[in-house]
Amino acid sequence: MTLTTSAIPADVASSDAALRRFLHGLPGVDQVGADSRAAALATRSIKTTAKRWAIDTAITVIDLTTLEGQDTEGKVRALCAKGARPDPTDATCPKVAAICVYPDLVATAREHLRGTGIKVASVATNFPSGRAALPVKLADVRAAVAAGADEIDMVIDRGAFLSGRYLEVYDEIVQVKAACDTAHLKVILETGELATYDNVRRASWIAMLAGADFIKTSTGKVSPAATLPVTLVMLEAVRDFREAGGRQVGVKAAGGIRTTKDALRYLVLVNETVGDDWLSPDWFRLGASSLLNDLLMQRQKLLTGHYSGPDYVTID
Amino acid sequence: MSDRTRLDVRKTYKLFIGGAFPRSESGRSYQVTDSGANFIANAALASRKDARDAVVAARSAFKKWSTASAYNRGQVLYRVAEMLEGRRDQFVAEVASAEGIHNGEHVVDAAIDRWVWYAGWSDKIAHVLGSSNSVAGPYFDFSIPEPTGVVAIIAPQESSLLGLVSVISPVIAAGNTAVVIASEKRPLPAITLSEVLATSDLPGGVVNVLTGKTSEISPWLASHADVNAIDLTGAAPELATQLQIAAAENLKRVYRPDDDNPDWLADPGLSRLQAFVETKTVWHPIGV
Amino acid sequence: MNHKLFDYAPAPESRAIADIRSNYGLFIGGEFVEPVDGQPFKTINPATEEVLAEVSAAGAHDVDRAVAAARTAYDNTWSRMPGRERAKYLFRIARIIQERARELAVLESLDNGKPIRESRDVDLPLVAAHFFYYAGWADKLEYSGYGSTPIGVAGQIIPWNFPLLMLSWKIAPALACGNTVVLKPAETTPLTALTFAEICRQAELPPGVVNIVTGAGETGKLLVEHPGIDKIAFTGSTDVGRAIAKSVAGTKKRLTLELGGKAANIVFDDAPIDQAVEGIVAGIFFNQGHVCCAGSRLLVQESVADDVLERLRRRMSTLRLGDPLDKNTDIGAINSAVQLQKIRELSRIGEEEGAERWSAPCELPEHGYWFAPTIFTGVTQAHRIAREEIFGPVLSVLTFRTPDEAVEKANNTPYGLSAGIWTDKGSRILSIANRLRAGVVWANTFNKFDPTSPFGGYKESGFGREGGRHGLEAYLR
Repeated sequence: MTLTTSAIPADVASSDAALRRFLHGLPGVDQVGADSRAAALATRSIKTTAKRWAIDTAITVIDLTTLEGQDTEGKVRALCAKGARPDPTDATCPKVAAICVYPDLVATAREHLRGTGIKVASVATNFPSGRAALPVKLADVRAAVAAGADEIDMVIDRGAFLSGRYLEVYDEIVQVKAACDTAHLKVILETGELATYDNVRRASWIAMLAGADFIKTSTGKVSPAATLPVTLVMLEAVRDFREAGGRQVGVKAAGGIRTTKDALRYLVLVNETVGDDWLSPDWFRLGASSLLNDLLMQRQKLLTGHYSGPDYVTID
Repeated sequence: MSDRTRLDVRKTYKLFIGGAFPRSESGRSYQVTDSGANFIANAALASRKDARDAVVAARSAFKKWSTASAYNRGQVLYRVAEMLEGRRDQFVAEVASAEGIHNGEHVVDAAIDRWVWYAGWSDKIAHVLGSSNSVAGPYFDFSIPEPTGVVAIIAPQESSLLGLVSVISPVIAAGNTAVVIASEKRPLPAITLSEVLATSDLPGGVVNVLTGKTSEISPWLASHADVNAIDLTGAAPELATQLQIAAAENLKRVYRPDDDNPDWLADPGLSRLQAFVETKTVWHPIGV
Repeated sequence: MNHKLFDYAPAPESRAIADIRSNYGLFIGGEFVEPVDGQPFKTINPATEEVLAEVSAAGAHDVDRAVAAARTAYDNTWSRMPGRERAKYLFRIARIIQERARELAVLESLDNGKPIRESRDVDLPLVAAHFFYYAGWADKLEYSGYGSTPIGVAGQIIPWNFPLLMLSWKIAPALACGNTVVLKPAETTPLTALTFAEICRQAELPPGVVNIVTGAGETGKLLVEHPGIDKIAFTGSTDVGRAIAKSVAGTKKRLTLELGGKAANIVFDDAPIDQAVEGIVAGIFFNQGHVCCAGSRLLVQESVADDVLERLRRRMSTLRLGDPLDKNTDIGAINSAVQLQKIRELSRIGEEEGAERWSAPCELPEHGYWFAPTIFTGVTQAHRIAREEIFGPVLSVLTFRTPDEAVEKANNTPYGLSAGIWTDKGSRILSIANRLRAGVVWANTFNKFDPTSPFGGYKESGFGREGGRHGLEAYLR
C-alpha cells in the first residue's frame, strides 16, 4: 500500500480486482481531521474588496436549479430570465453559469437562454435515485442531449458502489459519457448516501477515471447534501488526479447552499485547496436556487452601504 | 554422629548484578558485624564501576520487564513471595542478628506480606493511576501509567529486610528495574534476598543489589544520565540533598520521604507506586 | 508573490476592545500596588515593536509582600473555605473570562504576536474551560485519590508562548485544591495576567488568594528561593527547570516542571495523507512553533517521503503570515528579538551542517519580529536542528524505513514531552504509542489540548502532570 498517486496504472479498470486494488490503495481520509480542516477554513473572514469579488464569482458559478415535480415551462422561463439578469436594476451584475432542469424541460430552457451564453444543464439517468435499467438511463441522457443540453448531471449507482461492484459503477459512467456525445458530464456521487469520506474519495476517483468532466456532491434530494468537508475531499481528489497525470476535473457542490456566507466558504475552500486554476465556472459550480437572491441582497448592501430586503430582489 | 564437631560452611556475600553474583570489580570487601559488633561476614565493597555495571544490567532488563504483561509481573512477584516464605527462618535469623531484635518473625512475616501486597498491585496500578478523559471533542483520550525506567534505590539503613522489601517491590511491581544500595551496616538480608530473586522467575537485571558505602556509590547513581529516578529513603539528610542536586542534572524523578524515620509496618499507601510511574496520555480521533 | 484571483482583503480585529493602561503595578493582596524595590520595564507588541505598556519588575521586598499576602489569605481564608464555596469563585472566574474573551484574545495577540484566530479559537476557550473544569473539582477532592489537603502557598512561573492559558493551567488547579498563589508571568507577555488580576477583583476573589508579580528571571529566582513558598510549578526551558530543581534540593518545597521538547511526528506510508499534512502543519506552525510539545521532527517513511514533502510544501505556501490581529492570519510574529535571534542562529547552523532549507514564499513585514515557516530536509539525528529545541516555525525532516527505526529515532532524545503517529492501522498505533517515551501521544491528530487530559513530560521534559485528575496531585497532600 502506498500513499503516492504519482501514476495511474494503465490497466486500472481492466477488472473488478484491479480497480478495487487501486481504490483501496488510495490514502485514507480521517473524518475528524477533514472536518476540522474544513471548519478552520470556514472561519476565514472575507471583507470589502474580497467580498465583492467573491459574491460576483459566486453568482457566475451558480447552476441555477429547479428540480421539482411541479416544474412547468413558465417556471423554467422565469428561471432563465433570472439567470441571465439576476439583478434587473444593475447591469454590472454577472450572469449565472447554467440553468439546471429535468430532461423534459431542456428544450424550454434552451429556447429562453439563446444568446445568453448560459449553459443548459439537465439531470438524467433516472435522477435522483438512478434506479432504472441501464438502457432507460442512457435513453434519458440521449433525450436530454438531443433537446439541447450542454451538460448532463448523472447519478452513480450507489447500490452497486456500496456493495463493492466498483467496475459496474465505472462502466455505467463510461457508457453515459459516450451517450453525452459532446455534452459535459457531471457525475453526482450522492455523498449523503456514501457514509464515509473514504467512500467519497473512492467514488471521486471512479468517476474521474471513467471520464467525468465534473464530480458533483449531491442531488439535493438526500440529506445531508453538500458539506464543506465532503467538498474538501472531492477537491483533494481532483487535485491529486491532475497531479497523477490525469485531466483537470471540475467540482460541483450542490444542495443546502443557501446563504452568501455558505457560498463564500465554498470559494475559500476552493481557493486554499486547489487555488486559482479552479476558481471559474469552467471548473467549479454551486448548484443552488435560493442562494442567488441572498447573494444579490449582499451585493446590494456592499454597493449601497445599507442592508437590503427580500422585496428588492426578484422572486420567480 | 555428632554435629558439634562439624565446621559449618560459610556463605560468601557478593554483589547481585544482571542475575549473577560477582565480587566487586575493585576486589574490595568490608566487615559486617551483628548488632553486638561481632564479626559476621565480609561483604563486597562495591565501587563506582560496579554501580555502572548495575545500571547497564538494569537498563538492558528494562525493555523486557516493562513490556511483560502486568499479570505476568504479578505472577513473578508472587513467586518471589513463595520463595521468601521458604527461607523464612533464615531471614528471621539474619534480621535478628543484623537489627538486634527479638521479634524477627514479626518483621519477616510483614516483609513477605508486603511483597505479596505489591505483587497484587502490578495489574491494578493502571486502574487506580490511569484515567479515561472526557475531552470536549471527537477524540478517544486516555492516560496510562508507565514505568519511569531505571530507578536507583538507597535502601533504608535501619530496616534491613522489611524496609528493603518495601522500597524494592513497588518499583518493580510498576515495571521499573532497580539498582539498590543495601543498608551499609546491615547488608546481609539484602544479599539473601538477592539469592531469592535469583532463584525465582525474576529476569536477571530487574533488581541489582550493591553492598558497600552509601556515600561512595550513591553520587555515581544520582549523576548517572541513564538512571531515570532515585529513591533517597536511606540517604542521610546532607547526602540526600547533594544527591538531589546531582539528580537535577538530567531531571531524575526524586523520591524523598517526608518522614526520616518511617514506620515500615504501617500501610504504605500508593506514594511509592506513584513516584516511579509516568503518565502517558494518548489521543485518537473518533470517526468513520 | 503572484497575484491571486481571490485575494483576501485585510480583516483586522478591532484593538479598541483592549484597554491597555500606560503602566501597571504589581497585584498583591487584591490591589494593584507600586513596587517597593522593583524596576519598571516595557512590554512591546512583537508585530510592530511599539511599546504597549510599562510594567514593574518585582524586587525582593515585593516578592516578600506577595508571599506574605498569599500566606495570610491561605491561613485565614482560602484553605478554610468549604470546597463548594471555592468552586463558585472559580466558576465565576470562568464565566467572566468567557464574557471578556474577545478583549483577552486581542490583548494576547497584541502582547504575544500570536494570530487572533488562535487566541480567539484556541487559547481563550481553553482558558475558560480549564477554570470551569477545576472549579468542579474543588468540592470533590476526596475522590481524587490524592488526598484533600492543600499544600500552602504556590509559586508559579509561566512562559510567554501561551500566557493566559498557562496561567489557567497553574492557577485553576491550585485554587481548586485550596492553595493560594504568587504567579509570575513571562516578562514579554504580562498583560493578560494583569487583566486576569482585574478579573479576580470582578469575581470578588478574597484578597491575596491570587498575587501576580511581573518581572524577568531574577524575579522568578526570588520566588523560587523564597522560604515562604511550599510548592513551585514552573513551565519553561529545561535549563531553567534544572536550575530550579537544584535550588529546591534539601527543602520541603514540592516541585513540578513542564519543560522543553523535541517531538517526533511519525508518518507511516498508510497514513491519511491530507490529514497528516494538516497535522504536520498544526504540529510545527501552530503558534509560530512556540510550543514545547511542537512536532519539530518529522519522521516520514522513506517510501512516501517525496509525496508527503511535496504536499507539505504546497500546503505551506498557503499559510498567511502577517498582522496577528488580522482574522485570516495563520502565522503571527515571533515573540521577541531574542527568540528570533535564536531561531535564525539554529537555522543557520542547520544550513551549515548540510541540511537543505526551504521556506514558504511569504513577504515578511518591515517592522516587528518575523520568521517564515521553514523546513529542513536531509536532516539526520546527528544534526543540531534535530536535537535542540528551536521553539520556532522550523521543521526538521528525517526519514525511516521500519517501525522499529521510527521508534528508535523518536526516542533518541533527552526530551520526552510529546509525539505524533499517523497511520490507518489501529494495532500499529497502539504498538508505537506504547513504545514512545513521551507524555502525550497524538495519533492521527496533533497539538490537541483539553482540561480533562493530563499533559506533561518524560525524561528531561520535566515531571508532574497538568490537566485532568492527575493535575490535582501537585496541589494536594
